[in-house]
Amino acid sequence: MLPPSNSAIAANRFGLGARPRELVVIGGDGRDWLRAQLSAPPLLTDAALRSSVDILAQGLALQREIQAARRNGTLANAASTAGDAATDAVVQKLPQYLKPIYVSEVTARFGQAVSTESPWCERLVQFWSNHFAVSVDKQYLAGLAGSFEREAIRPHVLGSFNDLLLSAETHPAMLLYLDNHLSIGPHSERALKAARHGTPRRIGINENLAREILELHTLGVGGGYTQGDVTTFAQVITGWSIGGTGGRPLDGDSGRFEFRSELHEPGAKVILGTRYPDSGYGQGVAVLRDLAHHRSTAHFIATKLARHFIADEPPAAVVERLAHVFTQTGGDLPSVYRALIDSREAWEQPLAKYKTPVDYIISGYRGLGLPVDAGRSPLAPFELLGQRTWQPGSPAGWPDRSADWDGASALMKRIEWADAVGQRLGNRLDALQLAPQLLGANLADTTRSAIEHAATASQAVTLLLSAPEFMRR
Amino acid sequence: MSRIPRREFLNLSALAAGGALLAPRLSFASATRGKSRLVVVIMRGALDGLAAVPPYGDPDYARLRGDLALRPGGGPGGEALTLDGHFGLHPALGFLHDSFTARELLVFQAIASPYRERSHFDGQDLLENGTPRAHAVQTGWLNRALAEMPGRPAREAGVALGQNVPLLMRGPAAVTSWSPSKLTALDEDTLARITDLYAADKLLSVRLADALAGDRIAAEDADDAMMTGKPAMQSPAQPAPAAQGPGRYAEVVHAAAGFLKQEDGPQVAVFDTTGWDTHANEGGAKGQLAGRLAQLDAALATLKQQLGPVWNDTAVLLMTEFGRTAATNGTRGTDHGTATAAFLLGGAVAGGRVVTDWPGLAPRALYQGRDLAPTLDLRCVLKGLLADQLRVPTRALEKTVFPDSESARPLAGLLRG
Repeated sequence: MLPPSNSAIAANRFGLGARPRELVVIGGDGRDWLRAQLSAPPLLTDAALRSSVDILAQGLALQREIQAARRNGTLANAASTAGDAATDAVVQKLPQYLKPIYVSEVTARFGQAVSTESPWCERLVQFWSNHFAVSVDKQYLAGLAGSFEREAIRPHVLGSFNDLLLSAETHPAMLLYLDNHLSIGPHSERALKAARHGTPRRIGINENLAREILELHTLGVGGGYTQGDVTTFAQVITGWSIGGTGGRPLDGDSGRFEFRSELHEPGAKVILGTRYPDSGYGQGVAVLRDLAHHRSTAHFIATKLARHFIADEPPAAVVERLAHVFTQTGGDLPSVYRALIDSREAWEQPLAKYKTPVDYIISGYRGLGLPVDAGRSPLAPFELLGQRTWQPGSPAGWPDRSADWDGASALMKRIEWADAVGQRLGNRLDALQLAPQLLGANLADTTRSAIEHAATASQAVTLLLSAPEFMRR
Repeated sequence: MSRIPRREFLNLSALAAGGALLAPRLSFASATRGKSRLVVVIMRGALDGLAAVPPYGDPDYARLRGDLALRPGGGPGGEALTLDGHFGLHPALGFLHDSFTARELLVFQAIASPYRERSHFDGQDLLENGTPRAHAVQTGWLNRALAEMPGRPAREAGVALGQNVPLLMRGPAAVTSWSPSKLTALDEDTLARITDLYAADKLLSVRLADALAGDRIAAEDADDAMMTGKPAMQSPAQPAPAAQGPGRYAEVVHAAAGFLKQEDGPQVAVFDTTGWDTHANEGGAKGQLAGRLAQLDAALATLKQQLGPVWNDTAVLLMTEFGRTAATNGTRGTDHGTATAAFLLGGAVAGGRVVTDWPGLAPRALYQGRDLAPTLDLRCVLKGLLADQLRVPTRALEKTVFPDSESARPLAGLLRG
């Protein structure tokens, strides 16, 4: 028998924050509502959004234009004021091209999170997108982070971990972000050719992607790999590149994943004690498949999911249970999700997690029915509260513990934002009527009383959004 | 102005080990200087110490670095700024170089925390938690040091510039975080009601009180600024700094200075810098890393200028989680390594020296055949710094601030007497 706060937990912890009347729809148990969401992958379809291939192909063409301008001397007179202006104008073309793409992707994602009736699936998208984090502080990613999430993450969130992993690691956004597209095997055809021609430029691997796959995407740090495994794995995935980069012609393959055999390090390789014969592209796919099914990966993913949905320090029994299901089903994610919602521990402490700024903003928008419209910058609240969309700043993604988000200044920013929202809404909302609809059994008497005795309707909204139970999920 | 040769360096450590230099320094320091201040700048992403402090006198340096190698300073076509003929400074670090000349900068080379793997995230965790293991504790060495300071103030002893508090500053001592507000301040009535609303909530009531304390100090700085005509940390007349331009950290250092200048304000300020993870197209004298270093250099110059006379009582520590490979990789960058460089800057610092037990870059000297070998434990510097600057008792340094650190003897003589 589950406690009466179940619907509030389903909506606020598993979902993205209750909308008015959502708790009624969920009913007493909460688990059926969550299970029902696992039937259709949470795609985001918006005719205005472009594919990553399209975005990247145009970006690469633009980059060539900038390089040509540089060569032709347009930028040579940088000493003069006119030269400076010309330099800026041409160099600025790329960010100017990428920024609007970022804005429309953020708007679409934000809009979907606020309006969706499958908020659990949408939260899972955010979870996996953050697990396979790319960060827009690297230039091209401003244009690609959104399409990466739509193309590589969303279709596989309700599939197998192996498919999700392969689709994330072969997406051009990931290859660019972690520098793999220009990594060259030291004995590859390209390297041998360069040696014959005495090319001064150093030819070799870049181990960034290989390391982060092992450390952040699969086994986890301490998952049993060595520096030797990192280096060898980096050699295995040499050649995983992108059409139109590294001096390749701009053609129909521009911006697509491309396996370039001339960059690939030849030969069989041993990783984590297993020997992988050289099958070109297939060699890396085989390593990824084994990593996806590794015990350390099961444990690592189980820990992260339990941390996100139960508590900062999740109960060991749940982690073990989820890891077991992960292993038994070969990484079938819906099976793991079902095991999670069937875990008693997930329903025991109603407010165990402190909301991230993104959780806080989205739950505020959902609860108050605020519109995500073009009139107001959809970027502003995220920037203000310190969690810019797709900008965790590192491949580790955003952290997921209270201490990472509960700073004094961060709390003050939330309160100031709550105040601004209250002022904006004026007396158009009745916070007293709304509070039980959003917080259900979690609504404390002190909060209800504070809202009831608020000086103005605006202040009542501010108090609702500032309430301790609204800061947590 | 020369680096400490191996023997002298070891002697310094040995002297410090007995604490012989520590005790007299304490009373002397307090008698001759005002309240000491400490700024810690975390360089997240693993700074390439061989680019920031190029060992151009090492016979293997140019070979390992290829076209990213900086030409020795001094001579024609020189790129690096000269420190001592063996080590230089990256040309983007002009202010740091001036500080070295003015004996306000100590440069540490081949230094490392006890961490010997290559994960940024574990490396940073250990850099901040002060133990030899990642995730061993949930508090930071700097906060534990603040808690052990003799006669620490009733108000917040430390401030993190940013919305949240990094692990380094989490722990038992009261600290606050501060970032500039883009919204209008709340009216007193609403604030009072929220304070009531949080009364029974252990976490939120403390955070809100810390935030209000931080805002009060910031407001005092604004008042002072009005009186003196100097810019305050929230001055609306100042243009918003460009996110990536030379003024990237301008807002942060203005705020840090604003807090530290307050006589009864925090003694310690911490802020983060990012963008040091240079796997591809790192650049040499110019380029990606040069741009980042220039931003940092400009920020430190601004900090000095903003602190005014308080600079004389200030030490600024710059540290990163680990270094990068000795050789460049296949994408004109460097991968994760081990030992790196660190800096101690400020009017309180006994500078003008490169402190190192240089292991060399010969193939057999490299750690695991690829990285600059660590020969100086970062905790030696941290212990010496906390003892002299914050007067943290030796016993506390060994027991609570840096547990399991017997092998790392405090380095004395880092600060002016």
